[in-house]
Amino acid sequence: MTTTAPPTGPVATNPKIRTMSRASDMPKRRGGRFPSWVPPVIVFIVILAIWYFVSYVLLDPARSFLVPAPHVIIEEAFLDPKVLGDIMGALGRSAGVALTGLAIAIVIGFVWAVAMSQARWIERSLFPYAVILQCIPILALVPLIGFWFGFDFPARVIVCVMIALFPIVSNTLFGLQSVDKGQRELFQLQKASRWTVLLKLEFPAALPAIFAGMRISAGLAVVGAIVGDFFFRRGEPGLGSLISNYQSRVQGPELFAAIIVASLFGVVVFLVFGWLGKLAVGRWYDYSK
Amino acid sequence: MTLTTEPPAETTTTELLHFSDVAMTFPNGTTALSGVDLTVKKGEFVTVVGPSGCGKSTLLRIASGLTPATAGETNVATKRIGYVFQDATLLPWRTVQANVELLAELNGIPKKTRVAEAAKAIELVGLAGFEKQLPRTLSGGMRMRASLARSLTLDPELFLFDEPFGALDEITRERLNDELIKLFTEQQFAGLFITHSVSEAVYLSTRVVVMSGRPGKIVETFDVPFAYPRDPEIRFTPEFAELAGEVSHALRKGHS
Repeated sequence: MTTTAPPTGPVATNPKIRTMSRASDMPKRRGGRFPSWVPPVIVFIVILAIWYFVSYVLLDPARSFLVPAPHVIIEEAFLDPKVLGDIMGALGRSAGVALTGLAIAIVIGFVWAVAMSQARWIERSLFPYAVILQCIPILALVPLIGFWFGFDFPARVIVCVMIALFPIVSNTLFGLQSVDKGQRELFQLQKASRWTVLLKLEFPAALPAIFAGMRISAGLAVVGAIVGDFFFRRGEPGLGSLISNYQSRVQGPELFAAIIVASLFGVVVFLVFGWLGKLAVGRWYDYSK
Repeated sequence: MTLTTEPPAETTTTELLHFSDVAMTFPNGTTALSGVDLTVKKGEFVTVVGPSGCGKSTLLRIASGLTPATAGETNVATKRIGYVFQDATLLPWRTVQANVELLAELNGIPKKTRVAEAAKAIELVGLAGFEKQLPRTLSGGMRMRASLARSLTLDPELFLFDEPFGALDEITRERLNDELIKLFTEQQFAGLFITHSVSEAVYLSTRVVVMSGRPGKIVETFDVPFAYPRDPEIRFTPEFAELAGEVSHALRKGHS
């Protein structure tokens, strides 16, 4: 029976990324006797070893600030209340920008996709612009956005929205259109209205794709927040300007600490949206397929 | 929903479905059906057998109103039409109970009534106890039962089946055939059933209609004399074999 098969997978999603957290479900190959968390930890230790090797053996001591050893980063940056305070403040501001931008992108993207799903002519008129939006190097537009909207919070949010919008639009549209033909006819036979079909059939069917899109967009919104910050160095610094400052002042450990925090923020956002998606549709939709 | 267990009334003159010289030509020029005359009355279970692509399913789509015919006349004397698709077409995010309630819900039946009707239908198809399960946890046969139950909530007078058991294994298919006969004798709907299995056709129906290959035409009609409820063992009687043989023969003739 093929009907109940869920959409084959949202577009613009790398299936490898989507199955990343499901290592334990994968078919057993060699080395399957360790718990699933062991291999990544081993890799982490190897990375740390290489890091120390580069820091202490490969680099001349005078140049070791280029790759400060992990414990140096912890001692000089994370354990320094002033530095940690700066980084956390910047993280808070960047997170505010990223999440605001993401929320706006979700709303605009969803409305855009629903509009396109309602009529062929709307899709034909609007989809090319979604693609163009995706193709424009947003970085090229950032100075223009600053030129028009100033260099503060709103401009940064706009950068986030522009970067995060496309996956929401394309995944939502794909999800809405992936509804099984038989299920559509089932509704048609009961003379269900366009609105009922959207609400009771297309929207629930699209949820897995929508959440997959949100997860991609969440990651992009973080990128957008940091990029925007690089350009618009006004007001209190976000992670972008902080990283840029540390770099120009040759503060190696602080620079690394800020980069690590930015990366962790990206990972956390990715995981949270993955978890939200699972919470919403994991009951009936198997993301590993 | 009627729950009487009387056998179907003797064939009355109530025509529920009537095709008169119906033809279907698709926009690409393919003629799927031509000159189809067929009547299904209350108390009848008519099965259409034919080679793949002969337009059998198109006939159901025309009867249900999903696709209008391009020529001829189609009369459907009831609004209560059940339609069972080739696939179970259950909504994967709904439980069995919620899936079975769906059609009543789309027809604006109040919550309380449809919950009760769904429960009755679920009971009828033998899915009691599985109400809270999601489709993904059910076997193919159970999904088909849920799909049947969903249509039963409409209390259909005309029941259209589009090869519903084609994807199931032999044993499940035979069990569901028996359940369907039971439903037919209890619910007294008129059935129009599409299949490519001759044995299923003869076993289920009061009448078997054989269609030829494209363009689909009715080449022969056989009345099935066996009384309901039918014993699964009649499949192995000489009379059954003879009739099935004749149907197969007509099918081959129409195909060549």
